[in-house]
Amino acid sequence: MEQAHLEAIAAQVRRDVIRMVYQAQSGHPGGALGATDILVALYFAHMHHTPSSFSPTGLGEDVFILSNGHICAAWYAVLARRGYFPLQELSSFRRINSRLQGHPATKEGLPGVRVATGSLGQGLSVGIGIALGKRLQRDPHLVYVMIGDGELNEGQIWEAALFAAHHRVDNLIVIVDRNYKQIDGDTRAVLDTDPLEEKWRAFGWEVFSLREAHSFPAILSTLEQARSHARKGKPLIVIAYTIMGKGVDFMENDYRWHGKPPSDLEYERAIAQLPATLKDF
Amino acid sequence: MRPVYTDMGAKDTRSGFGAALLELGEKDERIVALSADLMSSVKMEAFAKRFPERFFQCGVAEANMIGVAAGLATTGFIPFVGTFANFATGRVYDQIRQSICYSGKNVKIAASHAGLTLGEDGATHQMLEDIGLMRGLPGMTILSPCDYHQTRLATLAAAEWEGPVYLRFGRPPVPTFTPPEDPSFQIGKLQVLLEGRDGVIFATGHLVWHALQASYALEAQGLSIAVVNVHTLKPIDEEGVVEWLERSPVIVTAEEHQMYNGLGDIISFISTKFCPRFIERVAVRDTFGESGKPEELLQKYGLTAAHIISAVERALEHQL
Repeated sequence: MEQAHLEAIAAQVRRDVIRMVYQAQSGHPGGALGATDILVALYFAHMHHTPSSFSPTGLGEDVFILSNGHICAAWYAVLARRGYFPLQELSSFRRINSRLQGHPATKEGLPGVRVATGSLGQGLSVGIGIALGKRLQRDPHLVYVMIGDGELNEGQIWEAALFAAHHRVDNLIVIVDRNYKQIDGDTRAVLDTDPLEEKWRAFGWEVFSLREAHSFPAILSTLEQARSHARKGKPLIVIAYTIMGKGVDFMENDYRWHGKPPSDLEYERAIAQLPATLKDF
Repeated sequence: MRPVYTDMGAKDTRSGFGAALLELGEKDERIVALSADLMSSVKMEAFAKRFPERFFQCGVAEANMIGVAAGLATTGFIPFVGTFANFATGRVYDQIRQSICYSGKNVKIAASHAGLTLGEDGATHQMLEDIGLMRGLPGMTILSPCDYHQTRLATLAAAEWEGPVYLRFGRPPVPTFTPPEDPSFQIGKLQVLLEGRDGVIFATGHLVWHALQASYALEAQGLSIAVVNVHTLKPIDEEGVVEWLERSPVIVTAEEHQMYNGLGDIISFISTKFCPRFIERVAVRDTFGESGKPEELLQKYGLTAAHIISAVERALEHQL
């Protein structure tokens, strides 16, 4: 897919995110905006998957898990725009009787979601389990797991890091949404995880650095590079240096946009920066 | 004539689990097993040896083990995770809650060394709150078999059962008194071991044997006390429990668990709803355990046949 088209989709997804969070008057806009470009790249250009016939087992296709489930507004928008479920359903985000739960869930049967996430640190382990399942069933497809960088505080992430390297889970690509922000502030102030790339290397992972995490050519070439290292005995991780709140100037790099909706005035300012490139939901 | 249950030889319930796991591995390729550095204690060694491709050593990292199991279940496998009861529940409660139960994953949690009777390791390892923790989780099934043979059957049944299962068993050798093949064992159904007109003891796990001994002793005193094995704590056989509550003059529960949130509460919950009754509980009384031999611990913490007899007597007095 052409870069211009991917950019148009990403712009619309950002607009979707702001509209969803504003309409629900709750949600997590900052991380969602920051991860939008990577999610669009994965779903519209990189992964092998079948939106029209979603299979809960994920066999015979690539699988994606959003371990940092709170940024699901962007994931839902990408899934809807990719055809996993009707676009109009985005208006039910975080409302009663909705499949679009505040954090991703399987109970309501939303196509695209294979495990509930939200309580942090768990999605990576589940992704590893799916990768092992694929290996046992000789399924050549890959598992992608996005994790947040605040999420790296969780001990379970490092249990999973040890396990994946030890068991040579090499059909797995982890993407860290490295925006250096978490709820209470800068990650370096709250609980420092630097030097991050060295940590993962020391744990036995093949590390790829994505410095331009909002450039489609850079995202796609890094993902492709990672994929070319699959099935070589090591788990793979892309450290994506994203900008929290990307696309809305007053949200960019401001940790206070982790989990609050915009006011009326802020909404007007935000949406003015995000013109519709596709049809609104 | 009431049936007489005799001890066909002391065996640990965990070995019943291990035997069944191996059988399951032979007949069903979907069975996989995960251990958190307790492979031999939880009797998973034979499976691991026979099916190395389907066994995953996770190290002392239980949270990750639960998640990996959830992932394997996603792709159609039936994972059994094995560790000690406290590491299988309290330590990983949130992982079980979100990655297994809320996500509807078909994972079987095999929890060994439950209760006081793991013995000398002491209170850090004597899990007495696990039934309560697991009971609160929507979609969780809880099995608490009473001896070696029943633990084997419960393991086989758990594999057939769709959805998350918490399978609770123990460490020490205990009397084997149920048959190797037992059609009367069915998930979700009470198992009536002894009929009785004068009262009923609802028991689970290791205490079923003690309840039988209590009933035989009371018989010598002219009392006919039923023993009902509640091997499935969730979903509870509500209809069956109500029937026994209605027809039994005295009611006692017996479990190797805290008196809160376990079998006593499960029976009381049904009682308050359908048939309000006085119920005596034999359970650990809101305290931690300590090091000691299994029989010493049961004695000190009030979980022997003699304690069950006393509970029946108290219930009788209350009735008068």
